[in-house]
Amino acid sequence: MTADGQPSPASTWRRIGQALRARPGSGQVVAALLCGVLAFAVVAQAHTTGSSSGVSAARTQDLLTILADLQGRADRLRAQVGDLQVTQAKLAGGSAGSSAALQEARRRAQTLGILTGTVAARGPGVVLTVSDPRGSVHADVLLDAIEELRDAGAEALQLSGVRVIASTALVDTRGGIAVDGTRLQPPYRLVAIGDPRTLASALGIPGGVVDTVASQSGAHATVTTSPSVSVTALRALTTPRYARPAPSQSP
Amino acid sequence: MIVVLAVIAGVVGGLVLQPTVPLDLQPYLPIAVVAALDALFGGVRAWLEGIFDDKVFVVSFVGNVLVASLIVYLGDKLGVGGQLSTGIVVVLGIRIFSNAAAIRRHLFRA
Repeated sequence: MTADGQPSPASTWRRIGQALRARPGSGQVVAALLCGVLAFAVVAQAHTTGSSSGVSAARTQDLLTILADLQGRADRLRAQVGDLQVTQAKLAGGSAGSSAALQEARRRAQTLGILTGTVAARGPGVVLTVSDPRGSVHADVLLDAIEELRDAGAEALQLSGVRVIASTALVDTRGGIAVDGTRLQPPYRLVAIGDPRTLASALGIPGGVVDTVASQSGAHATVTTSPSVSVTALRALTTPRYARPAPSQSP
Repeated sequence: MIVVLAVIAGVVGGLVLQPTVPLDLQPYLPIAVVAALDALFGGVRAWLEGIFDDKVFVVSFVGNVLVASLIVYLGDKLGVGGQLSTGIVVVLGIRIFSNAAAIRRHLFRA
């Protein structure tokens, strides 16, 4: 014992050594048992904490917190999904609208192509064949035939391999007729797409094209209706030099 | 001597058996362990001071464990189990440190 009432460290260490060598009493056995249980519990708890996945060992309140967190996240993600779905629907609608516009533009391009002769056409119509071995049929007769067919609603015309369009000109030349610069030899073959009966009757009316051709010396005209004739001659598209599209104004 | 042997036996037993803590005990075992550690340090300190008593040690050991578990149980029932567990760990931790400081002073005079 030292002056301040505490044992000196040296005597304390001596006491520990004596205790380790001492034979245990019954009270010490119980204390040792408790210490052993404590060590066992420590190891067991450490093992459980190390091996458990976290959720199974968590207490109710922590679980509730985790659950609330997850629910909040799920809500946010659901809101995001909604937003993205709206965006997707918008984009899909936009592409559908643009594809509809594209289809409409294609359709108009086809129609205009048939009118301007840049696209081949096929449909019901008539074939007017003019045989003229003596060269007595002139351009005005064929022009009359073309005009007659246009009046009757012909939508596409072709004269012996040359597409007939709005600006087509027929000129008399020696030994034949020039259509837009292409010289044609008889017999002439005029193909028209439209209602076959209307076209045929327009050509065959008394004093009409067929009669006129027949009145020329040696010439003869025949009209054949067909459920499907082809206008395959094409015309290069010419860009107008002077005319420009004007902004449409409602009067 | 027998205490050291018992501790070694407990650790070895725990490692060999790889026990799974029952689900009902899971919230209480950590707190009980901390409470027992507190009792253990208190016992060591008392022994170093020459006032160690077997009966007191056993009673304080068991009592600490039971009280700590009871508090946690009550806290769980009241919905403040987490906070009470933290509080118990803090209080017992402080006691363990003060006991450890006393033990240190006995052994090293520092």
